[in-house]
Amino acid sequence: MSDFPILSLMLAVPAIAAIACLFVGDKMSRWVALGATLATFVLGCVMWAQFDIGGAQWQFTERADLFGRFQYALGIDGMALMLIMLSVFLMPLCILASWDAIKSRVGLYMAMFLVMETIMIGVFCAQDLLLFYIFFEAGLIPMYFIIGIWGGANRIYAAFKFFLYTLLGSVLMLIAIIAMIHEAGTTDIPTLLNYDFPVQMQTWLWLAFFASLAVKMPMWPVHTWLPDAHVQAPTAGSMILAGVLLKLGAYGFIRFMMPMFPDASGQLMWIVFALSMIAVVYTSLVALAQSDMKKLIAYSSVAHMAIVTAGLFAFNQQGIEGALIIMLSHGVVSAALFFCVGVIYDRLHTREIDRYGGLAVNMPAYALFFMLFTMASIGLPGTSGFVGEFLSLAGIYEASSWVAFVCTTGIILGAAYMLYLYRRVVFGELTKDDVKAMADLNPREWTIMVPLAAVALWMGVYPESFLAPMRGDVTTVVARLAPAKPAGDAHLAAGKPKPAKAHGDTAHGSSHAGGVQ
Amino acid sequence: MTADLMLIWPELILTIGGLITLMLGTFFGDRNVGLYQLSSLLTLAAAAAAVVALFGVDATVFSGTLSVDSFGGFAKLLIYAASFVCIVIAPRFFNGGMRAEYPTLILFAALGMGIMASSRDLMTLYVGLELNSLAAYVLASFMRTDERSTEAGLKYFVLGALASGMLLYGISLLYGFTGTTDFAGIAKVLGGELNIGLIFGIVFVLAGLGFKISAVPFHMWTPDVYEGAPTPVTTFFATAPKVAAMALMTRVVIDAMGPAVGAWQQIIIFLSLASIILGAVGAIGQKNIKRLLAYSSINNVGFMLVGLAAGTQQGVEGVLTYLLVYMLTTLGAFLVVLQLRDADGNHVESIPALAGLSQRRPGLAAAMAVFLFSLAGIPPLFGFWPKYLVFEAAVNANLVPLAVAGIVASVIGAFYYIAIIKTMYFDDKSDTEFPAGGGAIVEDAVITASALWLSVIGYLFIPVLAVLSASAAAVLF
Repeated sequence: MSDFPILSLMLAVPAIAAIACLFVGDKMSRWVALGATLATFVLGCVMWAQFDIGGAQWQFTERADLFGRFQYALGIDGMALMLIMLSVFLMPLCILASWDAIKSRVGLYMAMFLVMETIMIGVFCAQDLLLFYIFFEAGLIPMYFIIGIWGGANRIYAAFKFFLYTLLGSVLMLIAIIAMIHEAGTTDIPTLLNYDFPVQMQTWLWLAFFASLAVKMPMWPVHTWLPDAHVQAPTAGSMILAGVLLKLGAYGFIRFMMPMFPDASGQLMWIVFALSMIAVVYTSLVALAQSDMKKLIAYSSVAHMAIVTAGLFAFNQQGIEGALIIMLSHGVVSAALFFCVGVIYDRLHTREIDRYGGLAVNMPAYALFFMLFTMASIGLPGTSGFVGEFLSLAGIYEASSWVAFVCTTGIILGAAYMLYLYRRVVFGELTKDDVKAMADLNPREWTIMVPLAAVALWMGVYPESFLAPMRGDVTTVVARLAPAKPAGDAHLAAGKPKPAKAHGDTAHGSSHAGGVQ
Repeated sequence: MTADLMLIWPELILTIGGLITLMLGTFFGDRNVGLYQLSSLLTLAAAAAAVVALFGVDATVFSGTLSVDSFGGFAKLLIYAASFVCIVIAPRFFNGGMRAEYPTLILFAALGMGIMASSRDLMTLYVGLELNSLAAYVLASFMRTDERSTEAGLKYFVLGALASGMLLYGISLLYGFTGTTDFAGIAKVLGGELNIGLIFGIVFVLAGLGFKISAVPFHMWTPDVYEGAPTPVTTFFATAPKVAAMALMTRVVIDAMGPAVGAWQQIIIFLSLASIILGAVGAIGQKNIKRLLAYSSINNVGFMLVGLAAGTQQGVEGVLTYLLVYMLTTLGAFLVVLQLRDADGNHVESIPALAGLSQRRPGLAAAMAVFLFSLAGIPPLFGFWPKYLVFEAAVNANLVPLAVAGIVASVIGAFYYIAIIKTMYFDDKSDTEFPAGGGAIVEDAVITASALWLSVIGYLFIPVLAVLSASAAAVLF
């Protein structure tokens, strides 16, 4: 089983299905796409089951010298595994979500989604720097079409902004990649991960990568393409954009920038912290003021991603693990929230929050699911959001208590805007006639909601399933970063507990004080 | 002498084949399209075969004025292939108005371009260039009753003559200050101290050549000529002469001016950045697809010059790979333009009329999208690879600022490419109908083949391309 080229197969299945979709006609293409994405999901599950936790760092490796100057080299570690799982899990749900909503040029639409899936899997499993870059950039093309053809009224502006903004970021990374290949003489990612670039050079390379990944992430102040893209994209487009594409930036941080340029990361971490702090507070406040549901969730994504970046640059185990869990959790939850918006948008064709109200009366099942995902987004214990936010904030606190303080206000603001959204849409009087006429979830929507809710709860209750494969990789990164890690302001010291006294002791209070010394 | 003749078989074949084609046209009349078309195609195929047979030979002939080497061979193969396609597509376009002069002129132009690509003396350089240019002027005004076509021919001729003048002036200065027209001899003198006369010579020669590759600021003729000339001729201008002039420029810069890096490098860098930026900005407002492709060619020449500016073997390899990929993409794009006929059979060149093309002709629109994304250099399309190679050469030659400026400007270029894709895919259908069919199978085959090759399949050919371009580039170093 170990030399079975499962990653190549996972790349090939959606790619072949994409070509098929172009030729089989509208009706059939939906089924082809659903079948292919489900097959890929099954392959992903098989791969997860076969993944040897604690085994070799790179597993399922494949290598073929196809391109002369660079290699067709695939392989995954735990982090890549989890992100691939996220992609293949969301894909069939995206196809289902657009089952009825997309009516024109269905074949092309499905083909674009399947191409997108191939590209996302490719980004996460590429073991060659150039191969990675090709996949990374290639994602622009299908997304450009998805937004531009099936988007809302202002779709063309959004598609152009998305394309040019992210392209401008990426090209600088290409120059950095060329310089790295020239310096290290190899395109092999595992080798580059342990290559020590000269410190002076690291700074420039770091800045070039940062320019690209910060746009993808997106970090404040280069996040402005995201709300436009989200608002105009069709529901499934937003789901995949928020669910997986936003993770590419963070994946680039942890896969490339931090282990490859540890010294520069240490020196320049203040930039990341500063931008993350601004982003958390600023975008949360902006989200609070939105009247468009999709825009609100888009801004909340920027805020969540800011906690991810801060968590990653805490340079410690909790911070990075927490950031990774937020990535996974946000992938599921924001996709679910966009789907929730899509459900009511399909019925009333508006995203204006004020046009709704009182949905709890006529759509109870919908209200329940929406509530669950709202809570998961806020980070209520028991949901996936809590685990990630708690871990990463604990990690950030170790690095800098001020950053942790500011980021925590983001959580509070997050609760404010999400609950405010929920109250305006779901609670209140059911007065509007057209809203009254809206039917509750149909079986297709149930099929999408249930897996998303199940995963959000699973991740909240037993995050170990998701943390275990990644733990070893995080340890490797932390060890690589250790020499460059600046001293935090936490000055952690283990407490010196006194022997416990019997109950009923008169000095009850002092024994407690001693314990926290 | 006879030994020398044995080494210039491609040129001999083209000369004889061109004369035969002319004779066939004269004796059997212009109506017998198949006859003279066949003879011209056979001539090109034979010449290409001769080039292949001579591949690997590295010699100079006729007292060192002409070289026979794999660099020239590489360029000639591209030139002949482009000429071949341009002859194949012509009869349908001219729709009965085809005359035997067309293939004949293309053959003679190809001959001149072959000489350009393999000259190693300023005199052969000029002879080859003029042979090509004279044929090209006539080709531009080939539709003699069409106002735009004659205008294009006249404009091309006047500006081309000016450029030739500049080039000749530069050549005379170089000759005067070095005492030789031989590239190697010039290089020897340039290795010493440079005086003002030599610098002026270098500047004028590069300006003259810059006109031929249509680099900014010598690009003004390009949009007008591309728009006015008949589409098969435009296809020809955008491909074969570009290859020849670029190969010639590379040879002059590396072989003749090689030692005076400081003198030519800054000129090339300026031409390169100016072409990239102006080619991109100028294209934004265009409404005619042929004009737009003209600006696109200016833009792409800028990227090729990035590789040349590096002045290394790696850079030249990048330029050669770029030429090959660019030629295929451009051929494909122009073939798509040729297929765009409305219900009355008239050619459509206006970009707004392409709105909704993806719903009327999905295959054609998809191919065009592939070509445009490829010209923009967006991976995974193969147009990314040559761009990568030239930027890699620039970075490795410590020209990082040039690489950064060039690649950032490439984003401006991406704007107008995706704007056409937007018109084809996002906009509602225009009133223009594009009935399918009527196209020659050859055209469809070339479009399909190049689109497939430019999608991911091209990457599998990187090892072959690397060997070919390396063996060609190694000749100059």
